[in-house]
Amino acid sequence: MLELQDLVWKLPDGEPIINGISCKMDSRLVVITGPNGGGKTSLAKLIAGVEIPTGGKILLDGEDITGMDITGRAKLGIAYAFQQPVRFKGLTVRDLLELAAGEKLQHDRLCELLGKVGLCAEEYIDREMSAALSGGEAKRIEIATVLARNAKLMVFDEPEAGIDLWSFARLVETFEEIRSHTSGSLVIISHQERILSIADEIIVVADGRVRTSGSREEILPALLKGEFSCRCPQRNGGGCQ
Amino acid sequence: MSDIKDINFNDITGEMLKVISDYDPVTGFKGAYNIREDSMCAGRKSSENITIESKTDKPGINITVKPHTVGETVFIPACVTHSDVDDLVYNDFYIGEGADVIVVAGCGVHSDGEDTARHNGIHRFFLEKGAHVVYKEKHIGTGTGKGLKKIDPVTDCYLKEDSCLEMDTIQLGGVDRSTRSTSAVLDKGAKIIVRERIMTDHEEEAITKFDVKLNGEDSGADLVSRSVARGNSHQAFYSVVEGNNRCTGHSACDAILADNGRVDAQPALNAANVDAALIHEAAIGKIAGEQLLKLCSLGLTREQAEEKIIEGFLK
Repeated sequence: MLELQDLVWKLPDGEPIINGISCKMDSRLVVITGPNGGGKTSLAKLIAGVEIPTGGKILLDGEDITGMDITGRAKLGIAYAFQQPVRFKGLTVRDLLELAAGEKLQHDRLCELLGKVGLCAEEYIDREMSAALSGGEAKRIEIATVLARNAKLMVFDEPEAGIDLWSFARLVETFEEIRSHTSGSLVIISHQERILSIADEIIVVADGRVRTSGSREEILPALLKGEFSCRCPQRNGGGCQ
Repeated sequence: MSDIKDINFNDITGEMLKVISDYDPVTGFKGAYNIREDSMCAGRKSSENITIESKTDKPGINITVKPHTVGETVFIPACVTHSDVDDLVYNDFYIGEGADVIVVAGCGVHSDGEDTARHNGIHRFFLEKGAHVVYKEKHIGTGTGKGLKKIDPVTDCYLKEDSCLEMDTIQLGGVDRSTRSTSAVLDKGAKIIVRERIMTDHEEEAITKFDVKLNGEDSGADLVSRSVARGNSHQAFYSVVEGNNRCTGHSACDAILADNGRVDAQPALNAANVDAALIHEAAIGKIAGEQLLKLCSLGLTREQAEEKIIEGFLK
């Protein structure tokens, strides 16, 4: 179980991004949603250890991991799919998947991993993870690196971004398979109704705070009615008050 | 024609051959070969289609590949195994029409002494019409001596109609000074493809110079240099691609800097024909922070991530 206790993160100039988030994520599939700029990606980075909080605590299965770096958290079983896939000159798709898995992978396993994100291993395993890949291809490979880790906690930051409809449908199935057939938990940052509709729990984050949280049945209908949209009147067509 | 039993080289050469030319002590070289050790021939063998003969006017050999020879490999490694050796050799390759062969030309310089150990190989390639050569060149320096280990290869290429030369060169490390000069003159439809990777560390210096003349219609050049400069090392990349006809030319220098490493890149294009399509690129910088983060997110330490990124970059 992941627990955040009064989590705070400020930029070096003091600008607050995360303003005291406290929540327990003990469901198998948690979706964090909310308006753009509300702090979702920052929260994902804090969980993965890409950033270290300036206040509060992060507990994984009761262990305080607040000060642990990204490598330490990875070894503890946290995997993170970056919103913007990282490109490498010289490293192939196979290289990255094998680094993620921590071992050499047989062709069947490579096929399985890439198949889960709608890619054919034959076409991709020997290709460089470089700018020669399209944004959607790179994004799917980024997600596959997380799937390869068999992690305790998998964090996906907007996995739908840049992915075509067919691959997205396959990805949603993959998330459901992980929930059904593995012991790992998923935290997914997403705006997509299709992903929200498979969540066990939904957390709405805005202005660096938890606006609301609860089961899908509790939260989704209200979300779809727009109840948690930005409260700033200017963004909604009115003047700032 | 020599037999494989004629091979006679010291242990240092034996170790370097494994690295620079994939030498297998059990099976030896599969194909024609000439092994050079400390300015002397340490083994030679020709094949039915590839003849290796000593030059009569200066140190070096002539390698002649019969027309339409396909799938054969010729090995011409050179090793310097102690200091106070200044090896200069002239090797000429005559590749017959329609031949398709691999040339493996590694070079190792070892020094445990105070004086300079140097190998300077001057290679000329003459490719006849439709010939195709893959030229592999690995360079390494070893030994604990304070004497400089220097390798200064010169490669001059003359490519006739529709011929193609693919150069794959790697400097693996330990070479204190190197100046690598490559020139090529291309006729109609000829192509040259160069992939160069250089790693320097400590106080090492490496200079690369390319001078390619695209004289023939539809000739083409693709030069890509990837380098890593660590420690206080310095690298310089100079390329000149001259388009004198309808042609395509591309040169790129990608470099990663670490510690106090320095890299200069000066790619130049000279177009003398309205249909010459020439491009150059140069990118120099440290390892991107997000690359380190990504690999750390897979469980690697920062140091392991750096090594993996550099290993991939130079692969």
